[in-house]
Amino acid sequence: MNTTSDSVTPPAPPRMLEWIQKNLFNGWLNSALTLIALVFLYFVVVSSARWAFFTADWRPVTTAPLLFLVGQYPREQLWRPGLSMLLSTFMIGISWGIWPRYLKAFSIFLVVLLAGMAIVPLETPTITLGIRAAFLAASLLIYAGYLLGRSKFVNARLAVMLWTVIAVLISLVLLPGIPKSSALPSVPTTAWGGLLITLLLAIGGILLSFPIGVLLALGRRSSLPVVKVFSILFIEVIRGVPLVTILFMFSVILALFLPAESRIDRILRALMGMVVFSAAYTAENVRGGLQAIPPGQVEAAKALGLNGFQTTTLIVLPQALRLVIPAIVGQFISLFKDTTLVVIVGINDLLGVGNSVLKLSPEFFRLQMEVYLFIAAIFWVFSYFMSYASLQLEKSLGVGER
Amino acid sequence: MKKSILVLSGLVIASLLLASCAPQPAGEVAPQKIVETVVVTVEVPGETVTVKPQGYGTIAARVRERGKVVCGVHKELLGFGYLDANGRNIGFDIDLCRAVAAAVLGDAEAIEAVPITAADRGPVLQTGEVDLVTRNMTWTSKRDAEWGNFTWIMFYDGQGFLVRADSGIKTLQDMNGASICVTTGTTTEKNLATAFADANLAYNAVTFEETSAVYGAYEQGRCDVATSDKSQLAAVRAGFSDPNAHEILDITISKEPLTPAVPAGDDQWFDIVKTVMWGMIAAEEYGITSANVAEMKASSDANIRMLLGTEGDWGYTTLGLEADALANVIEQIGNYGEVYDRYFGENGLAFYLPRGMNNLWKNGGLIYAPPIK
Repeated sequence: MNTTSDSVTPPAPPRMLEWIQKNLFNGWLNSALTLIALVFLYFVVVSSARWAFFTADWRPVTTAPLLFLVGQYPREQLWRPGLSMLLSTFMIGISWGIWPRYLKAFSIFLVVLLAGMAIVPLETPTITLGIRAAFLAASLLIYAGYLLGRSKFVNARLAVMLWTVIAVLISLVLLPGIPKSSALPSVPTTAWGGLLITLLLAIGGILLSFPIGVLLALGRRSSLPVVKVFSILFIEVIRGVPLVTILFMFSVILALFLPAESRIDRILRALMGMVVFSAAYTAENVRGGLQAIPPGQVEAAKALGLNGFQTTTLIVLPQALRLVIPAIVGQFISLFKDTTLVVIVGINDLLGVGNSVLKLSPEFFRLQMEVYLFIAAIFWVFSYFMSYASLQLEKSLGVGER
Repeated sequence: MKKSILVLSGLVIASLLLASCAPQPAGEVAPQKIVETVVVTVEVPGETVTVKPQGYGTIAARVRERGKVVCGVHKELLGFGYLDANGRNIGFDIDLCRAVAAAVLGDAEAIEAVPITAADRGPVLQTGEVDLVTRNMTWTSKRDAEWGNFTWIMFYDGQGFLVRADSGIKTLQDMNGASICVTTGTTTEKNLATAFADANLAYNAVTFEETSAVYGAYEQGRCDVATSDKSQLAAVRAGFSDPNAHEILDITISKEPLTPAVPAGDDQWFDIVKTVMWGMIAAEEYGITSANVAEMKASSDANIRMLLGTEGDWGYTTLGLEADALANVIEQIGNYGEVYDRYFGENGLAFYLPRGMNNLWKNGGLIYAPPIK
C-alpha cells in the first residue's frame, strides 16, 4: 500500500542538542515559553512525586490487594480466579505471538507487571507465597504462550477457538462453580468483585454488544418495515436514556415485574443493561460506516450474483467496519470506564471495592485520593492499551490513508 | 383459626339468607354445599390446629433448600456492614444475619451477603429477592407499610453533632449562627432544619454531596459543627488524627431505630427472625455468652434452660426449628452485648461507641425483649 517509503532513505536523526535548539529555542518567544513550561513541569512533577512518595498513605491499597483483584471471592477457593488468570495470560501470550503488532506492548507490560507483583516487597499476610508463585507463573506463561504462538502449531483460527472455549469455561464453570459439587462448590456472584468483575463486565459487554449492534445497524437500514421500526425504536429509546437509568431499570424495576422465583443474577442484570446500552451506540457507529459504502459496491456484488447475505457479510460489512474502528474502539473504551456505574446498583466492581476499602478502618476514611488514584491508574492502563491496539489496527488496515 | 370462623360465619349468613328467600325448607339444599366448602377446625383438647395463610413457611423452606440465608447488607459502613482485609463481610448488621443462619441452618457461615444500595432496600423486600435486610435501616411507619415487616429494634441511633472540644459548644443554643456541615438531600439535612426552626435558631448550612467531603470540610475548619447519625460521627471521630480534640454532643435530634426487616407474607419467617433477635437480647440478660453456653445448658435457672432448649418449648416446634436453635446462635455469634462489643466496644473492631440507649433495659437502656418461654 505504501510504495513511497522504499525508495527514499530517511534523513539521519538530528543530534539532541540540534533538535533542542531547533524545536525549543528557535527565537526569544519560544525560548521563554520553553523555560516557563519547564519551570511549571518541574513544580508539577516534583510536588506530585513528593506527594506520592512521602505524603500519600498507600495503606488502603497495600493492606487489601486481593480485594482489588477478586473482591470477596472466598479465599479458600482462590485457586479458581488464579487458574483463570493463568489460562488467560497463556492465551494473551499466544495471541501476542500471532498478532504481535497489536498485543506486543500490552503483553510486555503485563509480563513486567506480573513479575513485579510476584516479587513486590509488601509485607501483607494476604499475599501468600502461593499467590506470588501464581503471578510469576502467569508472567512466564505469557512468554511461553508467545513462543508457542509464533511457532507453526497455532494459527489465528485455533487461537480464536481456544479463546472462546476458555472464556466460556472460566465464566460459566470455573468461577461460578457447579451447584452441589464438592470440587467446584458454587460461588455466588455477589461474592465476586474487584478487577475480576470490572473485566468480566467490560469484556462480556463488548463481546455481546458488538454483534447485537451490527445487527441493529443492518436492521435499521433493512427494507422490512417491522425490523426497521423495531431497530429504530430500540436504538433511539436506549440512546435517549442515561446509562444510570438503564442500570436501575434492569436491576431494580425489572425485578418488580418478574415473579419472585425467577431471580436473575444481579451481575447478569447489570451486564444486560450495559449490553443494551452499548449495542445501541455501536449500532449508530456501524450505521455511519454502512452509509459510507458507495452503492456501487452493492450493485457490483449483485452483478456478480451474490445474494443479500453474501453481499452484506463479504462486501459491505468488512468495508464498513474497517471505517468505524476508531469510533467503535472509542465506544468500547467508554463502555469499559462506564462499568464503574454498576456501583450504584450495589455491585462490587473495582470502584465498589475501593469504597469498601476506605471503610476498612477509621484511619482510611480520608485516604480517598490514594484509593481513587490507584483505581484511575488501573483504568488508564487498560484504556491506553486498547486505544494503542486500535491505532495499530487502523494502521495495518490502512484506514485514513485513502 | 380466624379464617375458619370467617368462613363459618359467612356460611351461617348465607344459609340464613337462603332460608329467608327460598320458599322450600333450607335443610335440603344448603347442607350439601356446606360439606364442600367449609374449612374444618378440629378442636383437640390442649392442641389447636390453625389454618396457615398462603405464604406461611415458604421462606424457611427456601432457605433450607438453598442452604443459605440471603441478606441484603451494606458493605461500606464501618461497624455495621463492611469488609475485612480478606473480603469477609463483618459488622453488627452482618452478625444479625449470621445469627439467623445459625438458628435456622445451624451454621453462622451459611449466609449470602448481597450488597444493596439505599434505594434497593424497598424493592428487594417487595420482590423477596433477599430473605432479610440488615442494612442499617431505620424503621418508619411508611416503610413498614410499603416494604415488608420490620422485626425488632436492634440499635437505637439518632442524629447528633460533632464539635471541636475547645469550641465551647455544649447545647443547641450555643450553635446559633454556627456553620454546620451536612450532606445535602438527606433526611439528615431536613432534621437539622426542623430542629433549628423549632428552637428558633439560625445556622449556616455548608452542604456536600459526599459524606466524606462533609468530614473533610469539618476537619479543615470550614464549619464549626458536623452533623450525622451518632454512630457515624463516632466512626469519623475515631479516624481523626487526634480524636480527643473532638466531641460528640449529648444532643439527639432524630430517632433512628435500626431494624432488620423481612419480606411481607410469611409470618413464620417473621417470627423466626424476631425470636432470634429476642434470644440474643435475653441471653445477655441471663448472662449467657458464647463462652459459657455449654455449661449454662445445665443451669439451675429454668429461664436459661428454656432458652437453650434443654427444657420446654419456646415455640421452636411451631417455627420448625431445632430445640438448640437459640443455643447455636449464642454459641456461634454471641449474645447482644457480645456482638455490640465486638464492633463498638472499647477494644472493638470498628470504633468505640458507649452503649447509651443500646444498653439493656435493666441497665437504663432501651434494649428489651419479650420473655423466651
